[in-house]
Amino acid sequence: MNAWLRRLGGYAAATLILLVGWELLSLAVGSQALPGPVPALTDFARLFFSDLLPHTGISAWRVVASMVIGAALATPLGLVVGRSPRIDAVFAPLIFLTYPVPKVVFLPVLLVLLGIGNLPKIALITLIVFFQILVTARDASRGIPTSAVLSVRSLGATRWQVFRHVVVPAALPDIFTALRISTGTAIAVLFFSETVAGSEGLGYYIIDAWSRIAYSEMFAGIIAMALLGVVLYELLEVAEGRVCRWTRVGR
Amino acid sequence: MSSVEVRDLAVTYAGVGRDVRALSALTLEVADGEPVAIIGPSGCGKSTLLLALAGLVRADEGELLVGGEPVRAPRRRTALILQDFGLLPWKTVAHNAALGLEVRGVAVGERRRVVAEALERLGIAEFADSYPGELSGGMRQRLALARALALDADLLLMDEPLSALDALTREDLQNLLLQMWRQRGHTVLLVTHSIEEAVFLGRRVVVLSPRPGRVAAIVDNPGMGDESFRNTPAFLERCVKLRRLLAAEGAFAGPALAGRVS
Repeated sequence: MNAWLRRLGGYAAATLILLVGWELLSLAVGSQALPGPVPALTDFARLFFSDLLPHTGISAWRVVASMVIGAALATPLGLVVGRSPRIDAVFAPLIFLTYPVPKVVFLPVLLVLLGIGNLPKIALITLIVFFQILVTARDASRGIPTSAVLSVRSLGATRWQVFRHVVVPAALPDIFTALRISTGTAIAVLFFSETVAGSEGLGYYIIDAWSRIAYSEMFAGIIAMALLGVVLYELLEVAEGRVCRWTRVGR
Repeated sequence: MSSVEVRDLAVTYAGVGRDVRALSALTLEVADGEPVAIIGPSGCGKSTLLLALAGLVRADEGELLVGGEPVRAPRRRTALILQDFGLLPWKTVAHNAALGLEVRGVAVGERRRVVAEALERLGIAEFADSYPGELSGGMRQRLALARALALDADLLLMDEPLSALDALTREDLQNLLLQMWRQRGHTVLLVTHSIEEAVFLGRRVVVLSPRPGRVAAIVDNPGMGDESFRNTPAFLERCVKLRRLLAAEGAFAGPALAGRVS
């Protein structure tokens, strides 16, 4: 309980610092394109239920779906690749070749193939999350101490049981870290893909406000996007605490 | 029955860039219920021998029998305890102790009963819901032993199980190992770097030669079996004898020095 209060207090202080900094910056710049927090927050409140909530909902659904699909596909694959030298011999070069390619460049192709709705956005973000988790899961499963595996095998564990009792839990904290880091990338790519095509989502909303020179509305959209990121990050943090309880003991 | 017979065992494993012959023509017999300590220079293949007996490393040549049966896979009542205890940090103490039973499909109720009893016997019952990360080194070692007890192991293979502990905890656990052996009469193969530990816990002490490991000498140690043995002249004498044997095997010198000393 105390920890929660401290956390909330931290968020309150950080928000205050951000708001003051924002106000000062907007005063210093003195441009219509950078309104202060007061008009932005006023618009945020005014448009919250009518515009912001529906757009945020669509964006949230896109990014959550992508992260779930990406992690669900990449985690088992990465763990298997990392544990098997034979499979790794084929997959490692494949990963090394494809990982550095910026996946956003495939957006035009995805738009042609999948239309302008949810699908191309989800596909693109999934692709990015997939590779980040894949690389992490592979490294994590390679780093598992041999003695843990030997001990469990000596108990008569099958391959699958070693996976379930050793490999998966050992890799989970790393997977969660990778997921938290990829929320940033995922939301950035979400924004980009929503500005390029479609008429839904926060990316669309922000660019639309920008083209109407409604800068305080634009910033209301930016605030919503920032909140989406914070909520996702915190949800992952809570989930990690639940799932990886042993990492929190004795601290 | 858990006698151990090793005949002309040779094990080679793939090292970095070249194959390493860890054991060569190793022959050893351990009677049912006999505690044997194995000591030798670093890298003499002691650990490989235990892994082979646990059914985790395949022999290239020779025969390995436990209880008269050839070892081809992990055996039901063989417990392997490694230097870091082989505990899983993500499972609670009770779950760690139950792992062997779970892997073998023992029903939950039975599992709980057996594990509670094992934890009780090793004095760590109150930590059943803690994680290994919350335990001291000595208690972790007790947990590893509880896992072996839960399996009702009749053959304990231990690879330097106490080397990570401080001197006092170590002696405490040596006494515990002795006590457990006296109560249960299981067969023990204990790999150790400590001469005193080998003499305290081994009815026979096997000295291995440097890689590839063979049996260089076997020291009989009939006085073992009582906690007070530690304080007798016979104990010290046996330690001195063993130290000399190990020196002759080059256990105390690097490869470059070994030739000059002898």
